[in-house]
Amino acid sequence: MYIINHRGLFFWITGLILAAAIGAIAFWGLPLGIDFTGGSLIQVKYANGVPPLATIQQQIAVVPLGAVSVRSSGTDAVTIRTRNMTETEHQAILASISQNASTTELAYTSVGPALGSQFTSKAIWAILAVVFVIVLYIAFAFRKVSKPVPSWGYGLIVVAMLAIDLIVPAGFFAALCHFTGSQVDSLFIVALLALLGYCVNDVIVIFDRIRENLAKNERENMKEPFETTIGKSINETMTRSINTALTVVLALLSLIYLGAPATKDFALVMLVGVVAGTFSSISRSAPLLIPIAKWFKK
Amino acid sequence: MTKYRVLAALALVVGFLLAYFVWSTQTISGSSYRFKLGLDLAGGTELVYTADMSNTPSGERSDALSALQGVIERRVNLFGVAEPLVQTEEASALSGTTEDRLIVDLPGVTDIKAAVAALGETPTLEFKLATTTTVGTTTSVKFVSTGLDGRYLASATLGFGSGATAGLSAPQVILNFDSDGAKLFEKITTENVGKQLAIFLDGQPISEPVIQEPIPGGQATITGQFTAAAARDLVRNLNFGALPVPIALESSSAVGPSLGAAAISAGVIAGAIGFLIVALFMVLWYRLPGVIAALALAEYLAFMLAVIKVIPVTLTASGIAGLIISVGMAVDANVLIFERTKEELRDGKGPREAVHIGFSRAWPAIRDGHLTMIISGVILFWLGTSIVQGFALVFVLGVLASFISAVTLSRVFLLAIVPEKNEGPWHFLMGSGGRNS
Repeated sequence: MYIINHRGLFFWITGLILAAAIGAIAFWGLPLGIDFTGGSLIQVKYANGVPPLATIQQQIAVVPLGAVSVRSSGTDAVTIRTRNMTETEHQAILASISQNASTTELAYTSVGPALGSQFTSKAIWAILAVVFVIVLYIAFAFRKVSKPVPSWGYGLIVVAMLAIDLIVPAGFFAALCHFTGSQVDSLFIVALLALLGYCVNDVIVIFDRIRENLAKNERENMKEPFETTIGKSINETMTRSINTALTVVLALLSLIYLGAPATKDFALVMLVGVVAGTFSSISRSAPLLIPIAKWFKK
Repeated sequence: MTKYRVLAALALVVGFLLAYFVWSTQTISGSSYRFKLGLDLAGGTELVYTADMSNTPSGERSDALSALQGVIERRVNLFGVAEPLVQTEEASALSGTTEDRLIVDLPGVTDIKAAVAALGETPTLEFKLATTTTVGTTTSVKFVSTGLDGRYLASATLGFGSGATAGLSAPQVILNFDSDGAKLFEKITTENVGKQLAIFLDGQPISEPVIQEPIPGGQATITGQFTAAAARDLVRNLNFGALPVPIALESSSAVGPSLGAAAISAGVIAGAIGFLIVALFMVLWYRLPGVIAALALAEYLAFMLAVIKVIPVTLTASGIAGLIISVGMAVDANVLIFERTKEELRDGKGPREAVHIGFSRAWPAIRDGHLTMIISGVILFWLGTSIVQGFALVFVLGVLASFISAVTLSRVFLLAIVPEKNEGPWHFLMGSGGRNS
């Protein structure tokens, strides 16, 4: 019952974390990568040590491209970001940086601006559509539970929580981008989508227990305050929530330490999201129901 | 119990066969059931072209697009790449404007320059009628698409005719249409005698002859100002296929083979270690049911990998992310069931009854969780761009498989061994965490 009794405290913790995440996004911003804005990205490996980044900048300046960002990636490679370039400009850059160094081009991506803006709109639509369908499904799955909160109320709470669950890892990523120079790419969107799935499942498990306990109380004609039912349901599902989160965290840690560099940011975002999501579904989903239940009683 | 033992034995045999299939097909080189790896993992080049359909009537867009695909496929095959892939994509109305794209995947090719150059040589051939419109004092010539274009070209040959002005034998390019093209050409020339029929090559008019009389037989001659060499190149390129509409390179990407190979080996190691740690945790915490869950998960994984091979699903970094999350879902289903079983054991029920009740109690949560995820995955696949689709496809397959395996495999295995009464070592075996049952 700890969480129910101290729900004020948990609201504050949530508020603080959320404020920090929103602050990070507002202050540092989420730098959109070329998947969204269009542009080109070259990853080059230097066989005999990376020259100073300023030198590489100068070598690239031979080709008039406007603002160019050069960052080191790992110990022996650099990432060059420019506006969307033509194949001729691409070759000119490669030639220029290979003048007095042995280089290998690891990867090259160039995205046209139209494709970029389309990716953004599609990603937003997909997320909105998924959220909408989740509300509908939960309203349907909980249709037999209407007291004291109507079934669509559960759906709305899940959506409110999902917003929080996605804002926290997004805020973390804003900080990560600020300190490491990463950018939001399509894998970040995939991470958010995966988190969406994970968190919905997490909340559903707890709500399912509330649904079951409410039905049981009604069957046995037991008058129990809604708060007590919720507290009981959270306690009964606590071990499961923590154990599942733990297994996923273990798998993600293995991906962070052993996996490919390309999936490292992805796994980090997932890790923050899973931890935040588990904390959120244990400490927030059900306590959110209590004020709403009171509101519906009026 | 005998029933469950038979089923469990059957499930084990199937599991071994699946695992053997996954392993053996991977070690045989040239097997058609090897994992298909996306360009981000295997290395290669992806080129995305947009087709300029501004002059194409909306009803003919998809026809033109598939004609485009055919021509580019022929070009790509010339390039000598193993398993090239040319896909078309009609951008949805969500973004406001419709765009038709051509996505060309060239596995193993890392020289973008050569690839772009080879595809860029594909000529665009269009026939347009000139119509003059007079607005006030200014007269403007507009070229209207006739529907006759590169897709109807059967072959091209080089010829030398007497040039009308030069008097010398000038190089000519003779176009031979296929039967549909011949009919169309005859129809156009019959209906528009006296008008100018311009031949557009790569978006530029190269010849604007006036139609003197209907032309049957399906042969057209271009008498532009060709040098002999230019005419020869054009004939060669036309014979490899001509595009019905102009295309422009919109985006390109290349992944070097070393980056891809490193990504695969790191991914496999991370996956294997991750799976072992999760299995170890399950065994330590849930004891006997944990061992069974680990077994069921291994079989689940073998099944998923076999499905990925048989369909086949092209594995990309985002697809692997989908696989990891679906394995997480499968673990969660087992955890839900064991927690419920534990509660029943605490109420003093025997292991068998507890397992039965545990499964039925956990079922609504598993059902609702899995169904929301399957629905979400389907929407993502439907609305997403290719990288999101790669995730969604594996995710939906994985969640479906988890849905089936959670309620069948673990249940059958458990029911095949647990006794009616909770006695002797079973107090320990069915316990969890620090407590015995």
